[in-house]
Amino acid sequence: MSQKELPKEFYEMMEELQAIDFVLVELTLYLDTHPDDFEAIEQFNENAHARQILKQKFEQQFGPLQQYGNSYSGYPWNWDDPPWPWQI
Amino acid sequence: MAKFTLRKQYRPYVSPFDPCPSIRVKTYVTPPNLYVGFQPEKLPQFNAKQALFAGTLWKVFYDPYYGSEEKEKGGGQ
Amino acid sequence: MWVYEKKLQYPVKVSKCNPMLAKFLIEQYGGADGELAAALRYLNQRYTIPDKVVGLLTDIGTEEFAHLEMIATMIYKLTKDATPEQLKEAGIGEHYVNHDRALFYTDAAGNPFTATYIQAKGDPIADLYEDIAAEEKARATYQWIIDQSDDPDINDSLKFLREREIIHSQRFREAVEILKEDRDRKKIF
Repeated sequence: MSQKELPKEFYEMMEELQAIDFVLVELTLYLDTHPDDFEAIEQFNENAHARQILKQKFEQQFGPLQQYGNSYSGYPWNWDDPPWPWQI
Repeated sequence: MAKFTLRKQYRPYVSPFDPCPSIRVKTYVTPPNLYVGFQPEKLPQFNAKQALFAGTLWKVFYDPYYGSEEKEKGGGQ
Repeated sequence: MWVYEKKLQYPVKVSKCNPMLAKFLIEQYGGADGELAAALRYLNQRYTIPDKVVGLLTDIGTEEFAHLEMIATMIYKLTKDATPEQLKEAGIGEHYVNHDRALFYTDAAGNPFTATYIQAKGDPIADLYEDIAAEEKARATYQWIIDQSDDPDINDSLKFLREREIIHSQRFREAVEILKEDRDRKKIF
């Protein structure tokens, strides 16, 4: 069985992604009850943009984060390459 | 005036016939969401990494909880 | 529809091979105030609540599935390499004879998950108060699990999940205020 060990950069970049995504989750719930907070919406859009860039960078190195066409595929199909989140 | 805390205390009735050693003061948690009301705009935030590890973006809601073992080791309040 | 993302919401680490903790954690997997019940409760209430709070129910319900995956990860890691003897000692022998190491939606006492955990009254205020209560109960459950746990890494993840319950409770309380349509009005009766 093949075992690929994840490099340190995987964990670092994953944590960066988790951090920015967490800000976006928090702002999402906040904006659901505060739809008129202009400053929060600006912060949301800035983070959403930074998130897209980080997602691309991550996927180029470690493969797709989402599928159904929300990410590009490598060849061969690499969506179901391990490890899965609960395995790392 | 006593300092404000999110941890409240009460003293349960102690009977001389209680079988276990008495816990004279019991505590319970009143989390910060009970005090904030409808969240005002522009409250102070953590940065992204801090927010992730705190579990909240806004400092006002941060309420660390320490288990009994951690308290024995000197953590907690 | 929903789109899966190949990442946990929060980095989950487990430092000790202690399957006993898995027995406790399963409470938040398939228990009454667990993450599955929470996700299903909120997503199911969306169909009969004013539009103003449907977004919130959708987003919190979706976040609960991320929490469910974190709990599953902890249980998976705690039991993956445990021997049948260790599982028996940890009090998971009964689970093992039926499921091996497969996860199953039960509470810590082994009661299977049931839809009766999910309230849906169709009355927006009754349902939101149900949700607030569910968040406070889940927060309390995390406290009691942290009290029983001796694994600092597991506790770190559980503290994150506990803190999320506080935020969710806050947002549901705000949703009640929104439905009162009374936020900027002076009280005159």
